[in-house]
Amino acid sequence: MRVALFVPCYIDQFYPQVAIASLELLEKLGCEVIVPENQTCCGQPMANSGFAHITGGCDTNFSTNFSGFDYIVGPSGSCVLHLKEHHPDSKIRSSVYEICEFLVDVLKVKSLPSYFPHKVGLHQSCHGQRGLRISSMTELNEKPFSKLTYLLDLVKGCEWKYPERQDECCGFGGTFCVTEEAVSVKMGQDRILEHQANEVEYIVGADTSCLMHMEGILKRSASNVGVKHIVEILNAHA
Amino acid sequence: MLSHAEASEKFIANQERTDWHDDTLWFVRAKRDKASKLLPEWEALRNQASQIKEHILSNLPQYLLEFEANAQANGVQVHWAKDAHEHNEIVYSIIQKHGDKALVKSKSMLTEECHLNAYLEQKGIDVVDTDLGERIVQFRKEVPSHIVLPAIHLKKEDVGETFHQHLGTPKGNKDPQFLTEAARIHLREKFLGAKVAITGVNFAVAETGEFVVCTNEGNADMGAHLSDVHIACMGIEKIIPKRQDLGVFLRLLARSATGQLITTYSSHFAKPRDGQEMHIVLVDNGRSRQLARDEFRNSLKCIRCAACFNTCPVYRRSGGHSYHQPVAGPIGSILAPNFDKKANVDLPFASTLCGSCSNVCPVKINIHEQLWFWRQDLMKEGLAPAGKVFGMKLMAWLMSSPAVFRMAGGIGRKVMNWFPFLVNNGMNPWYKQREMPSPPKQSFQEWYKSNRS
Repeated sequence: MRVALFVPCYIDQFYPQVAIASLELLEKLGCEVIVPENQTCCGQPMANSGFAHITGGCDTNFSTNFSGFDYIVGPSGSCVLHLKEHHPDSKIRSSVYEICEFLVDVLKVKSLPSYFPHKVGLHQSCHGQRGLRISSMTELNEKPFSKLTYLLDLVKGCEWKYPERQDECCGFGGTFCVTEEAVSVKMGQDRILEHQANEVEYIVGADTSCLMHMEGILKRSASNVGVKHIVEILNAHA
Repeated sequence: MLSHAEASEKFIANQERTDWHDDTLWFVRAKRDKASKLLPEWEALRNQASQIKEHILSNLPQYLLEFEANAQANGVQVHWAKDAHEHNEIVYSIIQKHGDKALVKSKSMLTEECHLNAYLEQKGIDVVDTDLGERIVQFRKEVPSHIVLPAIHLKKEDVGETFHQHLGTPKGNKDPQFLTEAARIHLREKFLGAKVAITGVNFAVAETGEFVVCTNEGNADMGAHLSDVHIACMGIEKIIPKRQDLGVFLRLLARSATGQLITTYSSHFAKPRDGQEMHIVLVDNGRSRQLARDEFRNSLKCIRCAACFNTCPVYRRSGGHSYHQPVAGPIGSILAPNFDKKANVDLPFASTLCGSCSNVCPVKINIHEQLWFWRQDLMKEGLAPAGKVFGMKLMAWLMSSPAVFRMAGGIGRKVMNWFPFLVNNGMNPWYKQREMPSPPKQSFQEWYKSNRS
């Protein structure tokens, strides 16, 4: 299966290990992975700040890099949701997948050769969860499910825990994290406290932006809890 | 006036109170979850409610006229107000006709929206809010911080102090039962003395001309039944077609608002009793303008349950007053720009767009999507600060050109590594309470080039 790997701009610049793990994992699962080299940003930071009317350049650049692929896969729920909801090209909208939903829904992964002997706390990033429906939502009267816990359960040695409030937002919120700094940080601190109460070693999620925000707070308090993108765990081996 | 971000920072400065506020409202959200999950048909009920409201919004003029005709046939006097000022004038003219100087009022967010209390007080009328929470904030010369729990920003110590000052309860007494009893005695006197009672309206039934008022304290009933004149004030979107529709809305309202299975008093008012006058004031105040906006018309489906407040992680940690509007929370943030775009430009940005509000909404308003649409609308109108416009344009330009992006990224990471103080300083709001990410030596694309091609 031919897959184009979409690497969100800030992952490219600050979290290359997440993109490397995505690439290796997809290859391990038999995909032919193409990495368009001139990709930049999906346009979400501008659009969510009220400037969707100036993202034309981003949209065009995305189309130039990703046209002609049946599967565009990225390790970020919020960037993927933005493309699915707002990219002008309907082929792009229908071809783009968040990597966990791609593994579960398209590749129909039943087993993984992964090994990660650690206790992790699962953070459900809102755009992946509520926007892409990667997991059921506590507000709705629906049968519980989660593509993330399904995948984590395939990893040998990995024990996962939900925080007490299973799907509350961490407060990142794009530019919200600086324009509403006080609320943003307080929300992040509250999430972290619940994960710490579960004595986890890592906070794990499918959106690096939420993790970057919580990592910043964890590091400031010199906590020994780390953060990892879920693909880093799915790609981990003995 | 402080922006939402500035007011929130002040609120959060008291961490203990913020945690208490957050936990208290989360408790209400959890009760709502439990009550909603007792009904296997919950999601179907939400769909049905949303569709009934859709139908109403598409046929509003007909239903309003039907309601007016039926109410008049019941002996009720119906008034139409195009805006807040006209509403206040109508209410005042009714009071004036009877020559009264005092009235009791049960909870009505519409009268808050119209700033009726301030208007009447200027005219020398003593308005007594009879909802306990509203009475507390009225004593304190504050406004409600929550549309269902108006004094939720206060703790029992605060109420004890307020009652000590206004009702003469012993200083330091913060026993909820004692304080409630004191309020009861105080309000009983006001009920007995008032000739005019104002209530809000939760639902107005077109088919019968009756209206339904929901309270847990029975204060609307007490006021209306003891008064010679009952004035009910309602926004024009409160219409429902048939009485049977209440079977959908009343079940959703109480469960969504407080997790109760039913509101304590759901009182139907159809006609004045002998010797009583009954008035209904139908208020537009910007609603027809909102109705004409495709992206925002669904906001008029709101039944004011406040479930979106209780679930909102931002509201719980910033308090209702930070929204500087009578209706706070996520729903307030999509209603407020309709009244004044410039004054409320901050509100659609007081959200992470997490989407929890839309999920709890009993009438399925796409609240978080409307927040996004308002952001676009307000920025296109040029209401962004100049610095933000420049930053966004710069970013859009940078991200449109792969070569510029690569160069800027490389330089940026080197600067962060070599001169960390350039970003790790007080000018950077990220750095205030968070460390910056550690910039890696290679970007992913650089790694890919050196390892894979």
